[in-house]
Amino acid sequence: MTTPRDETLLRSLTPGVLGILVRRGAEFAAAEDAVQDALVEALRVWPADPPRDPKGWLVTVAWRKFLDATRAEAARRRREEAVADEPVPDHVAVDDTLHLYFLCAHPSLTPSSAVALTLRAVGGLTTRQIAQAYLVPEATMAQRISRAKRTVSRVRFDQPGDVATVLRVLYLVFNEGYSGDVDLAAEAIRLTRQLAAVIDHPEVAGLLALMLLHHARRASRTAPDGSLVPLAEQDRGRWDTRLIAEGVEILQAALARDQLGEFQAQAAIAALHADAPTAAETDWVQIVEWYDELVRLTGSPVVRLNRAVAVGEADGARAGLAELAQLDPGLPRYPAVAAYLHERDGDLSRAAVLYAEAARQAPTLAERDHLVRQAARLNARG
Amino acid sequence: MAKYLLLKHYRGAPAPVNNVPMDRWTRDEFSAHMQYMRDFADRLEATGEFAGELALAPEGTWVRYDGEGRPPVTDGPFAETKDLIAGWMVIDVDGYDRAVELAGELSAAPGAGGKPIHEWLELRPLLTEPPTLGE
Repeated sequence: MTTPRDETLLRSLTPGVLGILVRRGAEFAAAEDAVQDALVEALRVWPADPPRDPKGWLVTVAWRKFLDATRAEAARRRREEAVADEPVPDHVAVDDTLHLYFLCAHPSLTPSSAVALTLRAVGGLTTRQIAQAYLVPEATMAQRISRAKRTVSRVRFDQPGDVATVLRVLYLVFNEGYSGDVDLAAEAIRLTRQLAAVIDHPEVAGLLALMLLHHARRASRTAPDGSLVPLAEQDRGRWDTRLIAEGVEILQAALARDQLGEFQAQAAIAALHADAPTAAETDWVQIVEWYDELVRLTGSPVVRLNRAVAVGEADGARAGLAELAQLDPGLPRYPAVAAYLHERDGDLSRAAVLYAEAARQAPTLAERDHLVRQAARLNARG
Repeated sequence: MAKYLLLKHYRGAPAPVNNVPMDRWTRDEFSAHMQYMRDFADRLEATGEFAGELALAPEGTWVRYDGEGRPPVTDGPFAETKDLIAGWMVIDVDGYDRAVELAGELSAAPGAGGKPIHEWLELRPLLTEPPTLGE
């Protein structure tokens, strides 16, 4: 049996090993197969015979597997004999790992394909684990991944990557939460940490801080029966102060570099929530200022909607409703925000109607249940 | 990455354009229709968008709790039930527009005369888990 430590180590080494094979000229899909074979062999061999240099061991074995596989194809023999003579490097360059992140998040892939390929190639998860996490059949996920591999096989590997695309993919993974036997939020944090270790970029740090700050509150976000607990009602004693401190520290270092981006601004808002000893002591004025920055950076109508909530807390429900009046009522979650602000303003019947409407439009089960309860609470009063 | 349910109805949906009941189709027309749907499912598996499907029998039974210690009440089958579901497919796509596009494709399954039946399909988003970020 391999230890959990072995498996964690293997998964963290995967992108570097794969990156090196691809850089040395292996076609992406073949390289990925070779690395998977090497991982299987490592799981078999390591418990009895642990290597001194796990990374070097994996590169050597994966490269040999790749050569074995390509050797089977007669047409390629000449080319592969040539590469077989090259010495196998015993360390993995930082750039190879980074390139792999860029490749797996390449703009030519759809978001769902980029997510699947990243989890497989960079994260080292099995196709079955990814399929379980996304609640689709394994055959579907296998096809999604092999199409993605075919797509990136046509990508030239010497082009500079796009950090924003990589961050978007990691953000999507984090947001998928938890199903199956893999905790995708924890996996996203692991991959973002790894990325932050190989690239010095304030937005990578911003995303990592954002994830840590949200993850710190995870245990308090749902009641034992699975229902959603709003931020204001969460038991702050259950927040993970160690993760919060780490998130705040990473964020402060990023902000000090004065290259503000979307993720740093979101993390700053999360940090202000995390910093408040009670919901009533939240620094809403500063949160509104960060939302102003976010609006400036993204122009997103959804951000404007969240900003209206913050204004409602900072300057009163009337001010929040005035902000809301300037937005498109067709926005997702608009009725939920309107319901909340009308309730705070004392118009309970209007709020009840809006909560019911918001429940009908809710995209998630937990949100729908939460909104139905809000409507029921107001409708049941005296 | 959003899941949608495509619902086929036996009855209750608006009439399709090529409105000839299945039992009046020729054997070949019926086979072509079934093959189209199999091919559709295979294609979606290949694009990584297939999440599941099942066909349902046209007749069902209504069942109701009838009090402690008593067997459940059954009734029906109700031949005239307004809204009989014929089957479903769940797709996992990047967004609503793609879901509509695929439902349109499935609705083009051939029927009488080998022509598309223009069948009405109901498209319903599945409720999901809450996002980890954003409150």
